[in-house]
Amino acid sequence: MQILQQVLFVLLAGFGFWFFWRNMSKIRRNIFLGRKEDRNDNPSERWKNVFLLALGQKKMFKKPVVAIMHLIVYVGFIIINIELLEIILDGITGHHRIFASMLGGFYTFLINFFEILAVLVIVACVIFLIRRNITKVPRLVSGELMGGWPKQDGNLILIFEIILMSLFLKMNSVDLVLQSREVAHYAQTDTFLISGALTVFFEGYGNGTLVFLERAFWWLHIAGIFFFMNYLAYSKHLHVILAFPNAFYASLSQQGEMANMPAIQQEIKYMMQPELAPTPDTSGATPAEPQRFGAKDAMDLSWKNLLDAYACTECGRCSSACPANQTGKKLSPRKIMMDTRDRITEIGKNIDQNKEFKDDGKTLLNDFITVEELRACTTCNACVEECPVSISPLSIINELRRYLVMEESNAPQEWNGMFSNIENNMAPWKFSPDDRDAWTQS
Amino acid sequence: MDVKRINPSQAPEILFWVGCAGSFDQRAQKVTKAFIEILNAVGIDYAILGKEEMCTGDPARRAGNEFLFQMMAYNNIQTLNMYNIKKIVATCPHCFNTIKNEYPTLGGDYEVIHHTTLLQQFIDEGKIKMKDGGEFNGKKITYHDSCYLGRANNIYEAPRKVLETLDAELVELKRCRTNGLCCGAGGAQMFKEEEAGDTRVNLERTNEALETGATTIAANCPFCITMLSDGLKNAEKEAEVEVKDIAEIINDSMVK
Repeated sequence: MQILQQVLFVLLAGFGFWFFWRNMSKIRRNIFLGRKEDRNDNPSERWKNVFLLALGQKKMFKKPVVAIMHLIVYVGFIIINIELLEIILDGITGHHRIFASMLGGFYTFLINFFEILAVLVIVACVIFLIRRNITKVPRLVSGELMGGWPKQDGNLILIFEIILMSLFLKMNSVDLVLQSREVAHYAQTDTFLISGALTVFFEGYGNGTLVFLERAFWWLHIAGIFFFMNYLAYSKHLHVILAFPNAFYASLSQQGEMANMPAIQQEIKYMMQPELAPTPDTSGATPAEPQRFGAKDAMDLSWKNLLDAYACTECGRCSSACPANQTGKKLSPRKIMMDTRDRITEIGKNIDQNKEFKDDGKTLLNDFITVEELRACTTCNACVEECPVSISPLSIINELRRYLVMEESNAPQEWNGMFSNIENNMAPWKFSPDDRDAWTQS
Repeated sequence: MDVKRINPSQAPEILFWVGCAGSFDQRAQKVTKAFIEILNAVGIDYAILGKEEMCTGDPARRAGNEFLFQMMAYNNIQTLNMYNIKKIVATCPHCFNTIKNEYPTLGGDYEVIHHTTLLQQFIDEGKIKMKDGGEFNGKKITYHDSCYLGRANNIYEAPRKVLETLDAELVELKRCRTNGLCCGAGGAQMFKEEEAGDTRVNLERTNEALETGATTIAANCPFCITMLSDGLKNAEKEAEVEVKDIAEIINDSMVK
């Protein structure tokens, strides 16, 4: 019986990790479908961002109350997962609470600490559920979160965490009752703070039932964790992993700086100084197809834009700070990120099915993000400033706008007028360049 | 008026980048002139490019027209390098941002500052002194952070420090500093009609400014001034509340 459990456990764990690895590899491949961009300069500044923004959650603290609750869930989850080490070792070796005898009093301290955290996590998750479903905090129920999977996803994550934490407490509690009855295999530990108080619920049961319950809670807890780990790949909850690389690869330039396009810079240089232009290739070789200007589909974006999309946890701080969104325009920076993730995931599936990408007649622009949304952006950087995990929705908006104007000449009439004024009069308005200093005369 | 123009044989200590709005827009011209008066009063060695200045390309780039941006940048950098310019001051945060952050990779490396920072330096150095019992004495002033000075370049303190030298009551907007709400003009929105929505961004921002009860809205950007002035007209408050650039406020309040 014991050996059967061990074999089952090894199989479950093996499958859990394998499936997780498989999905993460796919996501990694999808991210690198994006254009190349070097983001490895200045490592010390980058590590600083990892510590401040990801580990330290600096930007979360703009809203201190929510930040503290989020911190509890985050710290709780990481620390309680240390307990996973024991669970995994027990599962493989068939021991029960392998660390209890080794660590003695420190073990009691650890478990007590985990249990307090578990209660705090449950409280925080319940408050988060209330915010999403009862008090309906606008950014958590509005726009693209109004229904369907994104809304469900948000609730499921919280319910899952509550279930896992309560299984952990119940498992300990039944264990304590079994210990008090000196049932074989249940090594003696000190009593624990929270689960000790819960034993009243289990004391009425016979030993057989309790052993069954203990095993059930233990198995559900660990199986739940493996399930939750694999749920990440399909969920906004993936930010628990990707917030870290996203902080490392965050842009280090001033927020106001727009990414340069070296190809166009070269072209203008050759136009202005033709003597610098390379001699045309007369060898007859087919020249490489020039890269599209800006982005029409998700692969035209930089890999960092795609990493951003997978790191987004749909909290909506961007959209609630966006001047366009807040005045009722269609633009929502959060939707830009969600659309980008949906599209690159779809492209990934397409590649899985067809070995290489087969044109599906869809593109990120138009089929996911409309021109009207893009036009409403004031490039004010409020979304970029807000994002706790260093995402830049603005960078994607800019690339899509570049495609629209440079590849499709798709611009509102007033913009075309502005372009031609700049080109001909060196100013966005229709004034003669000769009058540029006319103000000095008055 | 007395304006110093670029002298091909001698680079000025600092070049004043007037910008298209500052050159052509009637409201923004007043800011330009106020700033020139301050520069003349302080006696710093400055110059303007005059007819040789061109649009930095900011609205073209933000709208998506990188070709046009690169062309403008190329020409401006040629001009600035030809005159051996080392330091530039701009009264427009869009020009400031583009020259400071986007020209260096294209071969234009200059020390670029915004006029509010220069004004703060003048005040710190004692080159600008405020009149006693000036126009703003005891009045309520609120300050609107422009996106391109604030979030784009992290300049929040200098304009506030300048305003603090007035004996006025500085009241903050509900959304200020990193949370500041855009006036609605950035990203080339200035040059087109707004998309359909519940309200206009400039009206939203103007209402917020009116809620502070301030009689002066201090700004640092010609486009913000246009947007907020339109907002005041829309709210029929232009008689009671005025939008002024920090340069105008200082020019009116300094000892000359």
